[in-house]
Amino acid sequence: MSTPIDAELEIERYELREAPLYHFEPDRRDFLRTLGAGLLVVALVDREASEADAQPRGGRRGGFGGESVPQDVGAWIHIGDDGRIEVSTGKAEVGQNIRTSLAQAVAEELRVPVGSIRMVMADTARTPYDRGTFGSRTTPTMSPQLRRAAAAAREALVDLAAERWKVDRAELTVAEGSVVRKGTNQSIRFRELTEGRSLTRTVSESASITPADQWKVSGHPTPKVDGHAFVTGAHIYASDVRRPGMWYAKVLRSPTYHATLTSVDLSAAKAMTDVVAVRDGDFVAVAARSERQAEQAIAAIRAEWKPGPSISEKTLFDDLKRPGGQQPPERAGRGGNRGNQVGLGEASGSIAEGMRAADFRFEQTYTIAYIAHAPLEPRAAVAEWTEGKLTVWTGTQRPFGVREELMRAFRLPEDRVRVIVPDTGSGYGGKHSGEAAVEAARIAREVGRAVKLVWTREEEFTRAYFRPAGVIEVRAGVRKDGTITAWEFHNHNSGPSGLECPYRTAEKRVAFHASNSPLRQGSYRALASTANHFARESQIDELARAIGMDPLTFRLKNLTDDRMRAVLEAAAKTFGWGRKAGSDRGVGIAVGSEKGGYIATCAEVAIDRSTGRVQVVRAVSAFDCGAVVNPTHLENQVEGALIQGLGGALSEAIAFDDGKIQNPKFSKYRVPRFRDTPEIEVVLIDRKDQPSAGAGETPIVAIAPAVGSAIFDATGVRPRSMPMRPKV
Amino acid sequence: MPDPHELKINGKAVRVEVDRDRMLLGVLREDLGLTGTKYGCGEGRCGACTVLIDGQPARSCRTKIGAVGSREVTTIEGLSTGGVLHPLQRAFLEADALQCGYCTSGMIVAASALLRRNPDPSREEIVEFLDGNICRCGTYQRIIRAIRVAAELRKEAAR
Ligand code: FES
Ligand code: FES
Repeated sequence: MSTPIDAELEIERYELREAPLYHFEPDRRDFLRTLGAGLLVVALVDREASEADAQPRGGRRGGFGGESVPQDVGAWIHIGDDGRIEVSTGKAEVGQNIRTSLAQAVAEELRVPVGSIRMVMADTARTPYDRGTFGSRTTPTMSPQLRRAAAAAREALVDLAAERWKVDRAELTVAEGSVVRKGTNQSIRFRELTEGRSLTRTVSESASITPADQWKVSGHPTPKVDGHAFVTGAHIYASDVRRPGMWYAKVLRSPTYHATLTSVDLSAAKAMTDVVAVRDGDFVAVAARSERQAEQAIAAIRAEWKPGPSISEKTLFDDLKRPGGQQPPERAGRGGNRGNQVGLGEASGSIAEGMRAADFRFEQTYTIAYIAHAPLEPRAAVAEWTEGKLTVWTGTQRPFGVREELMRAFRLPEDRVRVIVPDTGSGYGGKHSGEAAVEAARIAREVGRAVKLVWTREEEFTRAYFRPAGVIEVRAGVRKDGTITAWEFHNHNSGPSGLECPYRTAEKRVAFHASNSPLRQGSYRALASTANHFARESQIDELARAIGMDPLTFRLKNLTDDRMRAVLEAAAKTFGWGRKAGSDRGVGIAVGSEKGGYIATCAEVAIDRSTGRVQVVRAVSAFDCGAVVNPTHLENQVEGALIQGLGGALSEAIAFDDGKIQNPKFSKYRVPRFRDTPEIEVVLIDRKDQPSAGAGETPIVAIAPAVGSAIFDATGVRPRSMPMRPKV
Repeated sequence: MPDPHELKINGKAVRVEVDRDRMLLGVLREDLGLTGTKYGCGEGRCGACTVLIDGQPARSCRTKIGAVGSREVTTIEGLSTGGVLHPLQRAFLEADALQCGYCTSGMIVAASALLRRNPDPSREEIVEFLDGNICRCGTYQRIIRAIRVAAELRKEAAR
């Protein structure tokens, strides 16, 4: 299964909203006109990339400064005659540092300092349409688009200078924001070249860009753009936005997960001063002059709810294997039979033959709990209506998707809704939706002033969507010489990403089976790849240990992909694989690939037998995501993914019973903390000959199986669930 | 019922009229516009809301305004003086000790209390002291490094 198809499947199943049926372009002139005079270079959407992103695009044309601009714009760069260099992209900064890496790419091609570039991001009124910031697509698609645009801008500026000086363009070069005539001290600033005109250039995929082995800006550490604002507390997140006369909102939440409102009495809330209360279907909310008043008003509302089905985790894993799943009410009768009843049952056909040929045979089941993204900044939105137009500031990975939700909710045309995404307190795949935006906008319309809604941590834990739970069943056979004779792998509900087995196997069958989830589920960093890697690599480890072969040797024997072998060897080397761990200690190794990147992780664990606590004391990850764009930020991503992966591996799980989420707080849901942090070493394999892949997701997939294998090494007990909670 | 409170915030006397059981976090963010201090959980378990009260780290989400009295409150906005970054702020940038930055205010403020108490903390001491502060982006190792860089910067400055 190739990556694009993989991504498609995940999008189809786990994006909460489908792509809009139509995409009507606003009149681009509006926001391009505000740019003023200068040189505008428009990057067209990369066809290949846009297909991977399944963007519904039209090919109509608008205009800028009297010249025509194609509508399938992916990004643009404007070099103003006031000297400003503005870059516009619909991507959102959520901590992955693309504001910096994209600025680096542009700076590189334009030969200007990174600091002279202003990145305009994720604002539906000021940036081109973008499907969203997910799936590790920014680096492989947006970055080359911007590079091409910047390279084209540079060439256009050289042309202008050549024309003005009446010299051959071969005599000219570009440095520090000027075009320079080689061997002379003649130079001219970019901004002087446009002379008050508005010039437009369009670039397509064919424009040539600087190859990675000649990078001078990209490929080198560059400090976080705007870093100063973050360390001084000056950065304004969506939850920090303040508008004149703004009020604060609270939404009434049902006591159980799938409840419907039967009656509500708003009178007590309405009787309070400076409070507005509204009911619209099942939506009940208040807004008040202060947050405190809003809390008091919501507490004064009396409501009765009809509880939904009493969902419980007790039967979850059996239910997920059944076609009907645990039916949430809104899904009942819809697509309930998409999953085939599988269960491993009797091996059939070639798998049966493969199993017969094996010396050791295994049938194992792995389970995956629901987990929450729990971004430290909860969902937040400030909504403001002015003259029938709606503006919403919110933290999301899909500004245009949220605009779509708002358009639908309020039946507004596109040009009446603007979504602005300030750099966000992260998402990890958890902020693809616009719940807070829609809620804030609904109550703001009632109040007639700007309204801020910040979800509480509890709301974030109970009303956001989760990473899907799942059951993975594996059947595998191995011969004493290390040949894998059969591999059968079924994933129920958790998702198809990373389903494929990269090891050479005589007979193979892998499948994903959709089910009905009792809880709302959606995207998560690396999607199901984490779960599938956990099951696969744990099983591979078990095969190796069964035949007494070193797990590294066994993998190298059966892996065909050179990049995968390379990361595995690099991680093992830095880790010092092969040394025996001390008593109550164990070591483990795992490898994987996802979204065009390759990761191998080695881990050492220490087990405290009195408390059962597993401490990961050391971890080494080797990562290859093609040509490295910013080594410092990349290392940071790899470390962060590893830490986040430890949560799902060891401690995180949403508990639910009696129709309720039972642990909606950090005191009951343990995310990794300082104490859980191992000594981490990151080995970057910089493949200048390979296109840069995104890096926010892949490095999360190998830590859980590496830890599982280390726990087995220390205790002889094989963890088969995420989180592992080993009994030692 | 709102009543007047004279607070000392970042070296300035400020007067607010609020209920005495309002939490400091809300007053800072909503009434005083000091939004550098963040909300992350409201139950004292994440540290995003950390401020200093008379130099001691405190969870402003769990601190009632009536309990603050005339003690000195320092927020992230008050840590740099006259536009000069605090050594920790410089060190966080240098060590790239943030991703989304949402935990950063609380981390830096808490770490400043640690450095005051212990100018040269070991890894274990940092872990112990900051275990109540969550970074969901998982930058812990870098934060530890940044704090050690800051300790060095301070030593150099003192020399
Ligand atoms: S918001 Fe105060 S500790 Fe989390
Ligand atoms: S940097 Fe995102 S929470 Fe710490």
